[in-house]
Amino acid sequence: MISLDVNGKTQELDADPATPLLYVLRDYLQLNGAKFGCGLGQCGACTVLVDGRAVFSCVTPISTLAGRRITTLEGLGTPEKPGRVQRAFIAEQAAQCGYCIPGMIMQAQALLERTPHPTSGEIRKHMSGNLCRCGTHMRILRAVERAAREP
Amino acid sequence: MRPLALIAVAAAMCSACAAEPLAPVAAPTRASFDPSLIAKGAQLAAIGNCRVCHTAEGGKSFAGGRPIETPFGTFYGTNITPDPDTGIGGWSEQAFVRALREGIDRDGRHLYPAFPYEYYTRLTDEDIHALYAYIATREAVHAQNRPHELRAPFNIRALVATWKAIYFERAPFRPDPARDAQWNRGAYLVNGLGHCGACHTPRGALGAEKKDRPFSGGIAEGWHGPALDARSPAPVPWTAEQLFKYLRTGLDDVHAIAAGPMDPVVRNLARAPEEDVRAMAAYLEALAGPPSAERRKKADAALAQAKAGSRANGRGAEIYAGTCAACHDRGREAGSGGALPLGLGTAMTIPTSSNLLRITLEGIAPPEGQPGRAMPGFADALTDGQVKDLAAYIRSEFGRAPAWPDVEQELRKIREERK
Repeated sequence: MISLDVNGKTQELDADPATPLLYVLRDYLQLNGAKFGCGLGQCGACTVLVDGRAVFSCVTPISTLAGRRITTLEGLGTPEKPGRVQRAFIAEQAAQCGYCIPGMIMQAQALLERTPHPTSGEIRKHMSGNLCRCGTHMRILRAVERAAREP
Repeated sequence: MRPLALIAVAAAMCSACAAEPLAPVAAPTRASFDPSLIAKGAQLAAIGNCRVCHTAEGGKSFAGGRPIETPFGTFYGTNITPDPDTGIGGWSEQAFVRALREGIDRDGRHLYPAFPYEYYTRLTDEDIHALYAYIATREAVHAQNRPHELRAPFNIRALVATWKAIYFERAPFRPDPARDAQWNRGAYLVNGLGHCGACHTPRGALGAEKKDRPFSGGIAEGWHGPALDARSPAPVPWTAEQLFKYLRTGLDDVHAIAAGPMDPVVRNLARAPEEDVRAMAAYLEALAGPPSAERRKKADAALAQAKAGSRANGRGAEIYAGTCAACHDRGREAGSGGALPLGLGTAMTIPTSSNLLRITLEGIAPPEGQPGRAMPGFADALTDGQVKDLAAYIRSEFGRAPAWPDVEQELRKIREERK
């Protein structure tokens, strides 16, 4: 058994220690915010926070996560009560198909937790590992800037 | 004599060893150069990797400001644009030649050998002429040079005179008549403009090349520059064709992906003349010499392992399986990534853990806004203990070598740099 702290709740799992966190979130815990994009850590759709830092959950085996704090999109807010970054993404209508957006939100959350007032260059650099195929990058950048402005 | 004592004595002897200043000239106009000469200079500058050290991240080309970490402190690449006040706009060709051949700037000051005049001294007149035409016709950028931040006593510039007197050998390139034209061209480029030895030849306490062991492995900005001679740590011996492909594209299926300071080198060589890169590859193949029977046998084993994939158990193996295998392990056929099987790479077989740890933590990324292959970094995903377990597993499983003694120390260094 492996014990994981996901969004503040302890989860006991019986899974192969090499299982990627993403599979556990989606298949065991029904936390479907993080998406499977490439499975290779190349697109960012699966981004979650581990101890406040953005990591790609598709290449993070659960054996590495004992005693660490995992935060997923669901941990930031609910449809009724979205969190600050989620509100900013809605306000800027930053999604087209929306598949990349959970990862984008988590990546932005990680940035703002460490750098509350990033420059536009810092935002671009920090977000560069997360890909969007629809081309809503300008809206995503505006959403991150908006989130940084709001309390 | 101990190096520091040597320096002290030399400093006393050599306080006034600077050279004559050369008079400033009006910056030459573009029209004064044949366009084909400028184009030739551009190709040579690509082989010389000039832009890399002389351009800050996100800064204007050749305007300087890039930090270069060395055991002596941090150098900052200087502004070599034709700006007359802050760049080298006032430099005559004579002054430019003197800098490249003798390591002396226009004012007559000795240049630190971080500027690789040890190698550029071998350049032909024609090549320096073309480089001058190219550099003199770049956009002039007004940008003050940032002073180097060197540890005492290396911050005393007059000491460079002594260093040069002891270590700097000013000699033109001499072709070897026993070798063919391609080998000689490659030797000229590798040992001259390409200054490959700057990173691939070991250096002594004062930063001078160990001339008795050329290309036997050196250091570059915290990375290990693997040996290029018969001591090459490559699990599979390189052929000239593979070297050519790697130097052009940064990638060869059974050897490597360019990382760290080698990445900008291959980006530049992609723009160099094909026949020049082929010549460098031919020279480097000859430098390593034909592989021994034992080396071939090891290469076959490494290639077989790459096909079969790994099977080991343990903490490091588990992390490898969940973190690395999707891209790196053909035996698992898990992804489309097709990254290098680790048993074929040199980061696993070199004497230090530095390259593997840097790649693991920092990943591989093309420069901002440029296309290129990427690997995510795992600095935030893995704890120090996990990185150590992973490195130990990779070293033993894929490096097929005894544990590295320096993992703890290198890991601490990289974590410190990232803060």
